[in-house]
Amino acid sequence: MSYPEKYRYAKSHEWLAIDGDTGSVGITDYAQSSLGDIVFVELPKVGQELTAGDSFGSVESVKAVSELYSPVTGTVTEINESLNDEPETINTAANDTWLLKLKLTSDDDGNALLSAAEYEKFVSEETGH
Amino acid sequence: MTTTETPSALRRTALHATHHAHKARMVDFGGWDMPVQYRGLIEEHMAVRTAVGLFDVSHMGDIQLRGPNSLAAVQKLLMNDASKLQTGQAHYSAMLYPNGTFVDDVVLHKLGDNDYLIVINAGTREKDVQWVRQVIGGMSGVHVNDFSDYYTQLAIQGPKAQATLQKLTGVDLTPIKNYWFTWGQVCGCHNVMIARTGYTGEDGFEIYIPSDEPTSARVWGEVLAAGEEFGIIPCGLGARNTLRLESSMALYGHEISDTINVFEANLGRYCKLDKGTDFVGREALLEVQNSGGPARRLVGLEMVDRGIGRDGYPVATLDGTRIGEITSGSPAPFLKKNIALAYVPVAYTEVGTELAVEIRGQLVKAVVVPTPFYKRPKAVAAPITAPLS
Repeated sequence: MSYPEKYRYAKSHEWLAIDGDTGSVGITDYAQSSLGDIVFVELPKVGQELTAGDSFGSVESVKAVSELYSPVTGTVTEINESLNDEPETINTAANDTWLLKLKLTSDDDGNALLSAAEYEKFVSEETGH
Repeated sequence: MTTTETPSALRRTALHATHHAHKARMVDFGGWDMPVQYRGLIEEHMAVRTAVGLFDVSHMGDIQLRGPNSLAAVQKLLMNDASKLQTGQAHYSAMLYPNGTFVDDVVLHKLGDNDYLIVINAGTREKDVQWVRQVIGGMSGVHVNDFSDYYTQLAIQGPKAQATLQKLTGVDLTPIKNYWFTWGQVCGCHNVMIARTGYTGEDGFEIYIPSDEPTSARVWGEVLAAGEEFGIIPCGLGARNTLRLESSMALYGHEISDTINVFEANLGRYCKLDKGTDFVGREALLEVQNSGGPARRLVGLEMVDRGIGRDGYPVATLDGTRIGEITSGSPAPFLKKNIALAYVPVAYTEVGTELAVEIRGQLVKAVVVPTPFYKRPKAVAAPITAPLS
């Protein structure tokens, strides 16, 4: 498992990368590993406004469905269309595969989210090892 | 995302430590701590369809009925006609409640005259044993034994299953037909029951070995070593479920339960109303048959539009009227389609009927398709040719 230090992390297992007023959102290495073979991703439409904590879609493995939650508040500017055909990219490169990009519309810069070290600790506490 | 801790009260098979050594992901399955996957569900599923896979299915139960009245007892207890079985032959059957719904589905093996073995599901073990004793009641000349904990049951499944197992036994496996079994030495263990059965829709064998840990772990390892040249991998319950679903085999608690009867589940071909014994459930089923058949039936669905119908999702008409429910739904790794089994009123069961599955509030189009979704290619017999002279 690896959790890049430059990202911020939500307890619902999404990562957030901020570049200026744009935020990219993906799911963590732990999330992809827990789900197993990912076969389907459902994402919102460009233009949708999301508040931090809003459900914005789902990611599905053969076995399970997992809701996705936005780690910040913003407007969807781009979704990763390539995931329609190659959702398994999330398994092979969770940290490099963004699901959507948001134009941040509040002062919330994700500071309330967890750092890489905090997230790693959170996961190890949640899984008990 | 949520993760669930596995409480230690769960039951374990003799291969529990072996699964951990393989770094299997474990889940609670009917009260058992079982491997859901090892390296990956899709890879495991594909290994069984194209090569060979190994499953620990020791959580299944085994009830033996023995004695001069054992056939009469089996005939009263189960819906199929056990008088048709020869020694060394098995068939699919079920225990029913008086109203024609399911206590459990089983595979009945005729070990010999006056000697039968019923293989039952894990989650229903105690209920099943109790039910058997209740139905047989004071019937004389029949002895009921629960041998569930005596066997480690391994399923070796896939087109290379025979080639794998043949390396480990002197018994010639070729003459064993589908749903027949024999006994012989496997990995040095004597009198191992070797059955050409399984729950994957693929050719394969199930072997019943002594359930002590050293023997179980040793045989598991020897099967993996023997199958290595064919690409064998250990497979978990995740792949077992998608394999059985592609092959449209029922799973207790999903396609069959105490609220679903035999005809609704399309299992009438295993139910012999005229076998000459008034088995439990027969009268209720006769009534269903005589009153024009069931009102709803199990159908196969294939998703047409983007979306995965899953267990419990509502099935609706295209205008959104809910008419039924999915009992099992999943991506099908080999077929590369999203498939489901669902109960719908008989008016909607014709192949080609367009329906919708309600997925998180959205109607997603699906179509009724023939089942089984997947049927394994028939083994190609060696061509009969005149010798060249």
